[in-house]
Amino acid sequence: MPKPNEIKYLTAIKAEKRPKKYCRFKKMGIKYIDYKDGDFLKKFLNEQGKLLPRRITGNSLKYQRKVSEAIKKARQMAILPYVTDLMK
Amino acid sequence: MIIFFSKNNKIHYLCRPNYIFYSPVVEKQLKTRLMQNYELMVIFTPVLSEEEYKAAQKKFTSLVTENEGEVVHENAWGLKSLAYAIQKKTTGLYWVLEYKAPTDFNEKLKTQLLRDESVLRHMFTALDKYAVEYNAKRKRGVKTGTEKAEVINA
Repeated sequence: MPKPNEIKYLTAIKAEKRPKKYCRFKKMGIKYIDYKDGDFLKKFLNEQGKLLPRRITGNSLKYQRKVSEAIKKARQMAILPYVTDLMK
Repeated sequence: MIIFFSKNNKIHYLCRPNYIFYSPVVEKQLKTRLMQNYELMVIFTPVLSEEEYKAAQKKFTSLVTENEGEVVHENAWGLKSLAYAIQKKTTGLYWVLEYKAPTDFNEKLKTQLLRDESVLRHMFTALDKYAVEYNAKRKRGVKTGTEKAEVINA
């Protein structure tokens, strides 16, 4: 068995560490998400107008739920579309 | 003290067993306590003229004030394009009303809204304390904090 300082890697090992995701609402102390603000809500939608998952936005469950409720309200009032292509 | 409603929607209360009483003063006090903050958003048809648009707004605000409600704020957005067509119309006249009203009032307002031909769509939102705070900030033009959230995670 080689000693640790003797090991040579053929390819560089991935050393970069991703910054930890965090909930922007928790961090900024935002308590209410407004359904009237369509441009802000667009940050949580993909190009087809679908909701982005928490995995990508980093929202906590509490605020993801609030975001989704706000978006659904905005869709009802025709502020945001239900389905589109190339929204951004 | 036990509070209950009689058939004609008057508030009675029970002080001692078998001793029911009704007083208009107490009813008023209790009703103010039952007041809630609401927000109503209405989309009117774009075919309305400026006066008709104003008249329609006034009709609903007067309905709020007549039913012991209180108008907090009114905001007419004017003509705005819709994200999708409603009743084959691609634009609509938006109107947002923030008000305080007793909890049973929204049903009355809803029937009026549904009866009105010029209303394409409406929506009620019950506002919690954070929402009221947010709306108050927005009215004053103070930053609401959402701008800060836009930069990160992009």
